[in-house]
Amino acid sequence: MTDQTQSAPAQRPAATSPDTRRRGATLGLAPRDLGLFLFVAGLTLCAPFLLNPFPADSSLAQFNAGYPDLMQRFVIFGIFAIGFNILFGLTGYLSFGHAAFLGVGSYAGVWMFKLIGMDVLPAIAASVITAGLFSVVIGYVSLRRSGIYFSILTLAFAQMCFALAYSVLTPITGGETGLQLSLSDPRILGAAASASGNIPVPSLFGVEMRETTDLRLGAWSFSLNVGYYFCAAVMLVAFYLAIRLFRSPFGMMLRAVKSNQQRLYYTGLNARPYTLGAFVISGMYAGLAGGLMVSMDPLAGAERMQWTASGEVVLMTILGGAGTLIGPVLGAGVIKYFENIFSKLNDSVLHGWFAFLPDGLENFVVAIVHPFVGKGWHLTLGLMFMAVVIFLPGGLVEGGQRLSRLFRRKSGPETRSTNDTPAE
Amino acid sequence: MTKRHVTRRGVIQTGAIAGAGLALPTYLRAQESGFTNAPQGDTVTLGFNVPQTGPYADEGADELRAFELAVEHLNGEDDGGMLQTFSEKNLDGTGILGRRVEYVTGDTQTKSDAARASARSMIEKDGAIMVSGGSSSGVAVAVQALCQEAGIIFMAGLTHSNDTTGKDKRANGFRHFFNSYMSGAALAPILAAQYGEDRKAYHLTADYNWGYTTEEAIRSSTEAMGWETVAAVKTPLTQTDFSSYIAPVLQSGADVLVLNHYGGNMVNSLTNAVQFGLRQQEANGKQFEIVVPLYSELMARGAGENITGILGSQNWDWKLENELGAKYAGTNAFVQSFGEKYGFPPSQAAHTCYVQTLLYADAVTRAGSFNPCAVVEALEGFEFDGLGNGPTLYRADDHQCFKDVVVVRGKENPENEFDLVEIVEVTPVDQVTYEPDHPQFSGGSLGTCNAGA
Repeated sequence: MTDQTQSAPAQRPAATSPDTRRRGATLGLAPRDLGLFLFVAGLTLCAPFLLNPFPADSSLAQFNAGYPDLMQRFVIFGIFAIGFNILFGLTGYLSFGHAAFLGVGSYAGVWMFKLIGMDVLPAIAASVITAGLFSVVIGYVSLRRSGIYFSILTLAFAQMCFALAYSVLTPITGGETGLQLSLSDPRILGAAASASGNIPVPSLFGVEMRETTDLRLGAWSFSLNVGYYFCAAVMLVAFYLAIRLFRSPFGMMLRAVKSNQQRLYYTGLNARPYTLGAFVISGMYAGLAGGLMVSMDPLAGAERMQWTASGEVVLMTILGGAGTLIGPVLGAGVIKYFENIFSKLNDSVLHGWFAFLPDGLENFVVAIVHPFVGKGWHLTLGLMFMAVVIFLPGGLVEGGQRLSRLFRRKSGPETRSTNDTPAE
Repeated sequence: MTKRHVTRRGVIQTGAIAGAGLALPTYLRAQESGFTNAPQGDTVTLGFNVPQTGPYADEGADELRAFELAVEHLNGEDDGGMLQTFSEKNLDGTGILGRRVEYVTGDTQTKSDAARASARSMIEKDGAIMVSGGSSSGVAVAVQALCQEAGIIFMAGLTHSNDTTGKDKRANGFRHFFNSYMSGAALAPILAAQYGEDRKAYHLTADYNWGYTTEEAIRSSTEAMGWETVAAVKTPLTQTDFSSYIAPVLQSGADVLVLNHYGGNMVNSLTNAVQFGLRQQEANGKQFEIVVPLYSELMARGAGENITGILGSQNWDWKLENELGAKYAGTNAFVQSFGEKYGFPPSQAAHTCYVQTLLYADAVTRAGSFNPCAVVEALEGFEFDGLGNGPTLYRADDHQCFKDVVVVRGKENPENEFDLVEIVEVTPVDQVTYEPDHPQFSGGSLGTCNAGA
């Protein structure tokens, strides 16, 4: 089901690629992809404004998500999910241990901060490389099997990494506390301590990642954060590379693996180098996400390697739409929004909202809503996930497509020509 | 695809609107005051970051109750609780420095990452000036480091590992709760008195940071008085069945089992050990004994009657003032207002969080400013009384509170589910005090206070 809806538009540019190239595709992207890329670029650029739609003092400000930490998380987990989707969406290999690469990348990044200095570029480079090396090893072993056995193997490796990081490797990983910076770190290329005697903060050529300008327009307040825009830029590069990869012959090969690996072998092609390639690339994306995470907040905890974290990226991808370009980013955004915003609604907030009701009714309504917010955010997310999987098997992207189709059908005959194209 | 025409007029119009928007008064929030999240208007926001899900959710819920109570008392609602017994009389129920106290809550999930995300959202989104709470040392250390970076004050909740005020101490972080070393120092003489000086101990240790420091503390203080450590075995934190770890204990020649476990781990390992019949056994001609270094009422409730007769240490107990007199004033005042509001006595997690909130409020009042550096200065070397633990010192060298430690034992015939432990003795503060450069605490430095941007 999912396969058809996604692969139909996806195959089209590949089939017509010589044509588009002759017409002079911008940035090497077909017009449709360019549109999508520019759309995502626009969204990330304006995110601080789009995510803070409510005035800072209003009661709805609870739902504002435009603060640096959450915005950074949106794009970082977006990168993570984009990378995961290269493996899962294209080859159909469901890795259940991708968080291990994120964690390994984080640890590598923090160690660079401890040893080299607080510039984020060496840290991110180290994260990507280390995660890449790990994924070569884990991928080489795990990819000997497919289907559920592959999932279990990756899960086992990831849990092994977690258990090692949590206890046995405590000197390297900091164990339960997490790996953090200290004043006594060498930092050979940078200052061990800032001028005020504190641990320096991550920076890019001297620009601190946490630097934030608060923009106040009337009642609204928007935070423009250096770290966020850095992450956003990295995500756009990652997104661009993912588009190119989806449309490349390599991507075509990966789709072939997904549709029928046996047939691929019968035609005399060895699929393993391709799947390993995809596995390593997506592992490096995860490492990149890990490196960015510690660049924004220089502490690496072992929990980010736990199986729940691996499961989360699977949820993100499926919720948004596996195999689509923008789906994983959307899914990442929705899940992180729930985790950070819904989990903070407590009873006193609820009582504030329903204060206009008579007392008995107020308590009743609060009691009804209570299990779904605060610590019950998992429940809300779970219900939503079920609804999406049952009614929109293609994820949120399919929801968007259905909406736009509905909209176009209503708006009369002049759009019929555009409506025809995706059905091709 | 529709084609978009970019016209000159369009560009100029968009540019003019955007320019006008940007030209509106804009400023950096921090520049007005010189420190992060300076309170605006007539309220001040505190952030209470507690585990609401996960293994310590019970502790978290009790901490949150205490925080709510503290906020009510600071705002002059209810009966004022410990404000009446506190040795400082600066807090008069008008909030902090005349500003009404408001609070936001978050879920640490007992994971460093989640706790930091939650704390960051409190700081960046809600403008919290102080973060408090937590029920795990890993989380406390992680959030403390974050608060140091962000330039706000961290008042640690329940965290018992030496590292919080040892190798991971920070200038902006303060701990009222006691630590592993103090547990060891308080328990050792009582263990020697109760069980003799020639015992052989077998340690089961939860395989993470707190487990290590607790094992080290108990080992060094019991070995100093003549005990021998036969073996120390690490158990995975996720373990729920400890039978395979308990079975070899008797064969090892040990006659005391020390369970360096907390929360669900401790409930399970203790239950396994008791069901194994360890306490009916004799080894080396002596009665076999079990010791649990860090006790809590919530764990005692979980372990039920298995806890009977087992020794451990606590930061505070709700019966202190009743049983040991007015030295521990404040205890009854707190227990009374907590009990009236919620219908049962508070746990030590609730107590430490309540006290931390009052201490912060008082320090701000004495400093006359919310500036973190002024607050740090006010808290360093601060001596106080009347908050339930007797005379207490917030030491300047490591931001650790020094006070008496309560040694407790599981009650034989508990009258109700809140009266599960009896106080054996209170180890005076002198016996649990250590030098700031003690080997168990070495390797870190406070740095300097950070007031943020």
